[in-house]
Amino acid sequence: MALPTYDEVVAKWDPVLGLEVHVELNTNSKMFCSCATEFGAAPNTQTCPVCLALPGALPVVNEKAIESTILIGLALNCKIAPYSRFARKNYFYPDMPKNFQISQYDEPICFDGYVDVEIETEEGPKQFRIEIERVHMEEDTGKSLHVGGATGRIHGADYSLLDYNRAGIPLVEIVTKIVPGTGKYAPEVAKAYVAELRDILRGLKVSDVKMEQGSLRCDANVSLKPIGSDVLGTRSETKNVNSLRSVERAIRGEMIRHAELLNDGKKVKQETRHFQEDTGLTRSGRSKEQAEDYRYFPDPDLVPVTPAAAWIEELRATLPERPSLRRKRLKEEWSVPDKEMAAMINADVLDIVEATVLLGADPTKARTWWLGEISRIANEKELPIAELSITPAHVAELVELVAKGELTDKLARQVVEGVVAGEGTPSEVVAKRGIKVVNDDGALMAAIEKVCAEQAETAEKVRGGHLPAAGALIGAVMKETKGQADAARVRELLLGHLGVN
Amino acid sequence: MINKTAAEMADSLAKGETSSVELTQAHLDRVAAVDGQVKAFLHVDSEGALAQAKEVDARRAKGEKLSPIAGIPLALKDVLAQKGVPTTAGSKILQGWLPPYDSTVVSKLKSAGVVIMGKTNMDEFAMGSSTENSGYGPTFNPWDLTRTPGGSSGGSAAAVASFESPLAIGSDTGGSIRQPAALTGIVGVRPTYGAVSRFGLIAYSSSLDQAGPFGRTVLDTALLHEVMAGHDPKDATSINAPVPAVVAAAKSGDVKGMKIGVIKQLQGEGYQKGVQTRFDESLQVLADLGAEIVEVDCPSFEYALAAYYLIAPSECSSNLARFDAMRYGLRTGDVDGASAEAVMSATRNAGFGREVKRRIILGTYALSSGYYDAYYGSAQKIRTLIIQDYAKAFAQAEVLVSPTAPTTAYKIGEKVDDPMAMYLGDVATIPVNLAGICGMSLPAGLADEDNLPVGFQIMAPAMQDQRLYQAGAALEAALLSKWGAPILTKAPELKGAK
Amino acid sequence: MSSLSRDDVAKLAGLARIEMTEAELVELSSQFGMILDAVARVQEMDLSGVKATSHPQPLENIARPDVVQPSLSPEDALSGAPAQEESRFRVPQILGEAE
Repeated sequence: MALPTYDEVVAKWDPVLGLEVHVELNTNSKMFCSCATEFGAAPNTQTCPVCLALPGALPVVNEKAIESTILIGLALNCKIAPYSRFARKNYFYPDMPKNFQISQYDEPICFDGYVDVEIETEEGPKQFRIEIERVHMEEDTGKSLHVGGATGRIHGADYSLLDYNRAGIPLVEIVTKIVPGTGKYAPEVAKAYVAELRDILRGLKVSDVKMEQGSLRCDANVSLKPIGSDVLGTRSETKNVNSLRSVERAIRGEMIRHAELLNDGKKVKQETRHFQEDTGLTRSGRSKEQAEDYRYFPDPDLVPVTPAAAWIEELRATLPERPSLRRKRLKEEWSVPDKEMAAMINADVLDIVEATVLLGADPTKARTWWLGEISRIANEKELPIAELSITPAHVAELVELVAKGELTDKLARQVVEGVVAGEGTPSEVVAKRGIKVVNDDGALMAAIEKVCAEQAETAEKVRGGHLPAAGALIGAVMKETKGQADAARVRELLLGHLGVN
Repeated sequence: MINKTAAEMADSLAKGETSSVELTQAHLDRVAAVDGQVKAFLHVDSEGALAQAKEVDARRAKGEKLSPIAGIPLALKDVLAQKGVPTTAGSKILQGWLPPYDSTVVSKLKSAGVVIMGKTNMDEFAMGSSTENSGYGPTFNPWDLTRTPGGSSGGSAAAVASFESPLAIGSDTGGSIRQPAALTGIVGVRPTYGAVSRFGLIAYSSSLDQAGPFGRTVLDTALLHEVMAGHDPKDATSINAPVPAVVAAAKSGDVKGMKIGVIKQLQGEGYQKGVQTRFDESLQVLADLGAEIVEVDCPSFEYALAAYYLIAPSECSSNLARFDAMRYGLRTGDVDGASAEAVMSATRNAGFGREVKRRIILGTYALSSGYYDAYYGSAQKIRTLIIQDYAKAFAQAEVLVSPTAPTTAYKIGEKVDDPMAMYLGDVATIPVNLAGICGMSLPAGLADEDNLPVGFQIMAPAMQDQRLYQAGAALEAALLSKWGAPILTKAPELKGAK
Repeated sequence: MSSLSRDDVAKLAGLARIEMTEAELVELSSQFGMILDAVARVQEMDLSGVKATSHPQPLENIARPDVVQPSLSPEDALSGAPAQEESRFRVPQILGEAE
């Protein structure tokens, strides 16, 4: 039987999702020891007796990690447990020095939350609520490098080399409840959820959320049930899903794979599968001889976490606005077209534009400067926009100078150039470079008279009521005044001079 | 010189009558002479010890202010990590391991100028009560070389009892300081849980382990206690409070008007006759000194042993998982084509002794899915009841007392094939560990039937460790005047002794 | 009388990653009956309504500030390694997948 198409799958089957996202926190030091957490350091240079699990070493929790986790829980509308504990998850694996992972089991620090995500559907935008089961703290494992064999993968390797720099980096695991009812949109909903989480975490500044570096990782559980059935199917758990696009592809792929098995009357095996970035397919993990029994128990080296209610409220008060809500609000407040909004998000200038607007600049003008001239300079210099020396205050000042007629748009571009070159604030650049709008009517009139005399024929046309011809005269006047004139004023004076209203 | 107390030695050092180098050399000589028979040490660090001694002497010569026991030699249980010095926890799996770091206790000893002579033998990973479970052979009791010195800190106790060292450090998870102290006729204290940092103490059972001091007198023990205790931010279970004034208490030694509770459940049946007799006599001595003796009831203590032998193995099954041949220690079975998994399994089988494997398997079972509530969960509840029993008892008495161990030292090999009989020896010491409080054992004389030392146990509430010393010093003084000489003078001379 | 069969012990030994000989499995299984009977006494008392104590001291919220301290040198970190290569711990081929 041929592989069913996606449309065939969703015509018959109803997917149920479950998503587990692991986030590496961006704390300075590790979860249970004071080693640095810098990405890409030389192997085993960020290790100590604690994260190498040397005999006798003991863990002590990083208070920032607790704070960050509570912030995440609050941002995901979770309840914060007044009492939670760390537990040991016991299993042997060479990348985990203690051969147990310190995690949280039946007493997670945050629970019962939700995230609303919106996706575009054929029927227009549609919202889905993803319920959060729990958010808990744990620690990352070391990294293995598999040597020998053909593929550099674990299979067929002759031996492995272990670097424990990553071992003990704080991880937060965010687990959804089962997500039913997404139908054919399941892959998009999952992708939107992970994207939303990424934006929330970035807004909280608690993680680098770089999927390509593994600081945000997603495991996707998928099962299918016949449409209309209440009985859940057997799920597979796909690991290593390390980009937003992969989330979508992995789920779509698993739905098709499950449907093929089920259509054939076969059973889906409950197992862990690994997503293959190159093929977009998943492969089966090596099955274990026996089901793991993690023998969780409260970690006797650590004491309970009992955050004070007042502290939780203090943290809640610092929560930034939800990114998706904020985007919606700004779009309305600024009356930005969809395309422009998307452009700002892509160019990552939303924060900077908002800051500029908050300093009093007109939203459209602020947006135009940042997306236009300033982005162009940034591209030219191959620098992130944030690293240019121009600030929202500069742009707000610039917009004001233009509005007051002290600068023309063209002159303002020269000012931007000056600010980026480090010549000071816009006013300072204006002063230093001697940039000035010619608004001395006498000087302008002289230029107008000169141009009208030179281009008498054109002037005559305008005088006769053919207004489009005025453009050429205005351009010539601007040229005459080296761009320092206000074009609107020139037009006004010119038309007056030629007796047209 | 080596027959003096640590306090006397400290006095001689302060007066310039002797130097730490001389003192250390004298003890190293003693070790060389008798340790072939006692086998208290796994590793003697003569060079390191003499260097430390020299440094202290130099500091003293410069007039630096030193700790009261600066320059005094000490024997360290091999369960504590010492940078660059072999540390094995008595296990073959750690043979040859040189820690790249110091445990907090070792750091404190070093900064106090205490001279660490070497590492002492112990039951492997502190699992045992006789030192017979050491991966490196047993330690022998200086009172009778055919008997065990107790355990698991048997090496440390034997070193002090045989005058190889005036002071020693042990660790006590279920009685591993107090029981060997009792069996070798010396003083041993298990401080309140959290009073001494566990950082660098190779874990057996994290919620029960606690390092503590050995000495030949209550005062000597207090001097060491004060140096090794104190808050440590590297141990999340460390108590952030001042160290109780144990030295002052040991010096004042007074029980007049003190209420002393005798625990009904920890005497009588199951206790050797000579042990019970010496215990009763000591009680009379305390009463004669003006203490008020009351009986207290701790019914849940009956279940303490069972709870302990679930909690400790459960925690150890997890704590010992790190010994896997990947990062340090023994690696066996690494033949061509062997997998990491196979090497781990082979190494753990070859490196761990029988008792350790027995406890790991028991703990794995107690934590496994479907059995957790019945075993580990129930044991944790028994623990609550024991804490409640102690709370009630301490409402009636300032300290509680019992014999330290039900018997005197037994023969090497006598119980080695009968784990349950061995476990029963911990019946009187375990409740202290489960409740996280403090306890002391001090000599109460010799049992009539075998002329071997009997230990008298004193227990006090958490962070009231000074009460142990106050009562202990009073009893010690009264017994000394009764006996006319310290109990160790009655021990037989060891061959080769000078 | 509680008991653990030889196969039960073998399964536990597998979880604990200890390769045991047949003789060891049989010996342990024979000792476990007595040991389990002794420890099962914890179930004799009525423990309903009793809270579990996992920790002897009532400590809470012990944490450290998020400040980096020096790590071990890689030489010290690797000093105990049974085998090493390129500043990494060298271990035999790993059969199982990571979690």
